[in-house]
Amino acid sequence: MNDQPAKVVPSAVDLKALYRDTEIGETLDRLDRELVGLKPVKTRIREIAALLLVERARRMMGVSADSPPLHMSFTGNPGTGKTTVARRMAEILHKLGYIRSDHVVSVTRDDLVGQYIGHTAPKTKEVLKKAMGGVLFIDEAYYLYRPENERDYGQEAIELLLQFMEDHRDDLVVILAGYKDRMDIFFKSNPGMASRIAHHIDFPDFTADELFAISELMAKELHYRFAPGAGQTMREYIERRMQQPRFSNARSIRNALDRARLRQANRLFESGGSVTLEDLETITTADILASRVFTQ
Amino acid sequence: MMTNHGNRITQGQFSFLPDLTDAQITAQINYALKNKWAVSVEYTDDPHPRNTYWEMYGNPMFDLRDPAGILVEINNCRKTFPSHYIRVTAFDSTKGWETPRMSYIVNRPKVEPGFRLDRIEAEGRTQRYSIHSYATEKPEGERY
Repeated sequence: MNDQPAKVVPSAVDLKALYRDTEIGETLDRLDRELVGLKPVKTRIREIAALLLVERARRMMGVSADSPPLHMSFTGNPGTGKTTVARRMAEILHKLGYIRSDHVVSVTRDDLVGQYIGHTAPKTKEVLKKAMGGVLFIDEAYYLYRPENERDYGQEAIELLLQFMEDHRDDLVVILAGYKDRMDIFFKSNPGMASRIAHHIDFPDFTADELFAISELMAKELHYRFAPGAGQTMREYIERRMQQPRFSNARSIRNALDRARLRQANRLFESGGSVTLEDLETITTADILASRVFTQ
Repeated sequence: MMTNHGNRITQGQFSFLPDLTDAQITAQINYALKNKWAVSVEYTDDPHPRNTYWEMYGNPMFDLRDPAGILVEINNCRKTFPSHYIRVTAFDSTKGWETPRMSYIVNRPKVEPGFRLDRIEAEGRTQRYSIHSYATEKPEGERY
């Protein structure tokens, strides 16, 4: 991407045309459409997209040679859409020509850190090679660093990662993700990593209304809909579920929906006889009410 | 082989051409990846034409999507074996093919002593031929 032959420097770059040609508008719109809420995240993504677009225009004019820092950190509770946003981010970066392909390699500590001496380096390198040209998404990145065990191999993986980020600037974009507080500690104890991350994006928790909108969206995607009254029950379910431990935002909603589908299937099967398309598509109040959340 | 100028070994693709540049290698790897072939790096210091199986440098890279990762491996291999023959092979796992679809040399020793043709008398007046690599007169690892 960067070693294009020297071109005639244009006197002006039409940002609108660039925006249109790269088709990032479409990706951004899709981000808006597919993800409920997450206002601050969307704003930040738009800001970053604008920065990258301008940077590309600057490069076309021959102003800056170095590529802008692209590594990012996504912090937030589970189920707040970090992985999905990472995928969209890869698309945006690809469309703007900062990475060669829009593939995202999603890994956790297990994929990077080995179990015995000399196992970590090949494992990490393997992953890094796979991610080259695209985005490396490290979920729960703070697990790489375990201060309580000084012989932990995680440190080795971090060093390799830093080395690679330095040597192959144009080949790899790293996105770290995890809980906010733990990421802060991670960055504090790994200043090398912190200084290379340019964009920090915090993902807020969803509100009950947003979660309900998400549940409707998810149901629609799966070709289900709520029977009259079932929507209200779902809303109640969400409010109760939010108070319970191990609530993980959109992921909990997805699981709840999956269990409701299970109960719906069971109900239809046990009632026997013939079913209409409407029966197959409808989730009733009873399907949701049978949840553990309501009985406890 | 014996009439080959400069004794350059001609095995695999592009071997009559000048050495490929990294950009050209990348373009070839891109082609292989586009066809979903698994690219691997192999080396040897015994380039006899019948020596089909070279040593593998690392594992075949089955799920790479970008040539940069493979170029890193090639360069690592060049660093480790600066004067060995190194080739890049693209394996097609499609049923019915299951064979390397591409193979080309990306690194060769500075001096290639070449081969000698041996004539062997066999039973009767039968003449058999054999190709002998001058380089293999020295033990493995000291050949080039």
